Amino acid sequence: MTLTITGLRVAIRDTQILSGIELALHKGQVHGLAGESGSGKTMTGFAVLGLLPHGARASGRIELAGRDLLGLPDKELNRVRGNDIAMVFQDPSTSLHPMLTVGRQLTEHMRPHLGLGKAEARERALELLTKVRIPNPAEAYRRYPHQFSGGMRQRIAVAVALACDPQVLIADEPTTALDVTVQAGILRLLRGLCDELGLAVLLITHDLGVMSAIADEVSVLRDGLVVESGARKSVLRTPTHPYTRSLLEDLP
Amino acid sequence: MTSTQNRVRRRNGPLPTFHVRGPILGFLARRPLLRFLARRILVAILLAWGITLVTFVLTNLVPGDPVAANLGQRAVGDPVAVAQWRAEHGLDKSLPQQYLLFLEGLLHGDLGTSQQSHRPVSEDLAEFVPATLELAGAAILVSLVLGVAFGLIAALRRDRLADHVLRMLSLIGVSVPTFWLALLAFYVFFYRLQLTPGSGRVDPAIGAPPPVTGLHTVDAALAGRWDIFTSALGHLIVPALVLSLYTIGLLTRFTRSAVLEVLGQDYVRAGRAKGLSGRVILFRYVLRSALVPIITVAGLAFGSLLSGTVLVEAIFAWQGVGQYAYKSATALDLPAIMGVGLVVSGVYLAINLLVDVLYGVIDPRVRLR
Repeated sequence: MTLTITGLRVAIRDTQILSGIELALHKGQVHGLAGESGSGKTMTGFAVLGLLPHGARASGRIELAGRDLLGLPDKELNRVRGNDIAMVFQDPSTSLHPMLTVGRQLTEHMRPHLGLGKAEARERALELLTKVRIPNPAEAYRRYPHQFSGGMRQRIAVAVALACDPQVLIADEPTTALDVTVQAGILRLLRGLCDELGLAVLLITHDLGVMSAIADEVSVLRDGLVVESGARKSVLRTPTHPYTRSLLEDLP
Repeated sequence: MTSTQNRVRRRNGPLPTFHVRGPILGFLARRPLLRFLARRILVAILLAWGITLVTFVLTNLVPGDPVAANLGQRAVGDPVAVAQWRAEHGLDKSLPQQYLLFLEGLLHGDLGTSQQSHRPVSEDLAEFVPATLELAGAAILVSLVLGVAFGLIAALRRDRLADHVLRMLSLIGVSVPTFWLALLAFYVFFYRLQLTPGSGRVDPAIGAPPPVTGLHTVDAALAGRWDIFTSALGHLIVPALVLSLYTIGLLTRFTRSAVLEVLGQDYVRAGRAKGLSGRVILFRYVLRSALVPIITVAGLAFGSLLSGTVLVEAIFAWQGVGQYAYKSATALDLPAIMGVGLVVSGVYLAINLLVDVLYGVIDPRVRLR
């Protein structure tokens, strides 16, 4: 078991956002987190990395390799972020810094996390760009995000997330902002990386179609609580909870 | 372009790109930043030419007869003398010809003779412009450093005590009239506390440093005369602070909102998700993006700062362009007014060029497509 979330509760001021999430991610498996907007999917992802908005209070336990991430001081949490747990965001046109080169964004966290020199970091960055199938990596390394298409940008964002060999990858709606035609490519890439590198992937999405394509396990979230969890087939084919059923019925 | 050509083009798609380039264009095509700079400078040169045209036309539109202003009572009554004077000053020629003569003089640095000082306007300006540049430059420097720092602090300590205090201060800064503040500062620091020297740019007993740049502080430092430097700096501090208070307030507010906006951006959260240190996030991720709106405001603020110099110079007896402009305007000294107009618009042009270039340096989306 790579990452376990138990009894995670998050409140912002007087509003309860998450009221006791239970989740377990496993090495080499994609765990889909489904639910409507406002159900707390994204907040769950943020809570894992300590990225909750200002004024949010979290309790419960988020355990990675025997350590509780919630109790970690900022400095140690920074060593986990990007290093053990990485994140891919929804819209690559806003999640990559528009004024920094692709190379810089790929290597800037390698150097503190992995202790690599400039040349080694560049070498590794070019490998990563090849791995996520960016054509002409040396050229791409010097370029800026706005010079790539949306699908390419998301591939770059995936490469950035993988830069320090994380054990856990949190992908927050990684295909929602993309054209339908490139969505499948990104999903295939994530699935492939998960199998190849033995990543534990938390795939956050409202799209059950995406879910059924690549998830091994599925959890359904509603109002800050996991209402159903299990293997993809059982959850999507024979849902037990009425909410899961209504979600499935809404599928086109 | 005829409509037939248009139709053909639409059918055949866009025109092929032009591949035959000269050595210069080829060189620039491989260097986007240089190409961007070259384009901006070209535009600036065109604008400078436009400024000469506007200045010339406006000055000639002024209802006032240079003959009456320059010749004595009796000479004005004498048609021969008037004609001779007009010929001497090229006023018998047509306006376009006069404009060309004016341009020619301008290229040689000749701006005509001031009717007030009876000296070439260029000499007057060479004396007064550096004084104003020193004052305004010090003020903009102070406002940039303090304004950005205050704005950053206010944004990072949002809704806490520091934010509230800074909000009050910036409100005061933008609402207090400069002339009143100048008088108050003069009264408090010089008259009451006797902390700072009074008016002027340097203690007359010490004297001005050997002129190199015309900026007393810089010249004194270059000459190694630290006694002059201290005196010049002492004279500079209060007027520069008075002049900068408005821009400090303005920049504090804009920096605060710019930083808050960037802090909410996805890429800042992504940077934190990568485990970057707070310092890297703040300077590489946040401040760099926030700089774009900040330099826009700073460029505009420089304009209001320049107009503020007129009042501040008058109160602190600072011998600068502001005072010179005021005297020339009240005496209808046309060559001097034109000279001041050219210099001031030249400064605006330079600031705008600088802001444009900085956009390109900071934001690759501006220089690369």
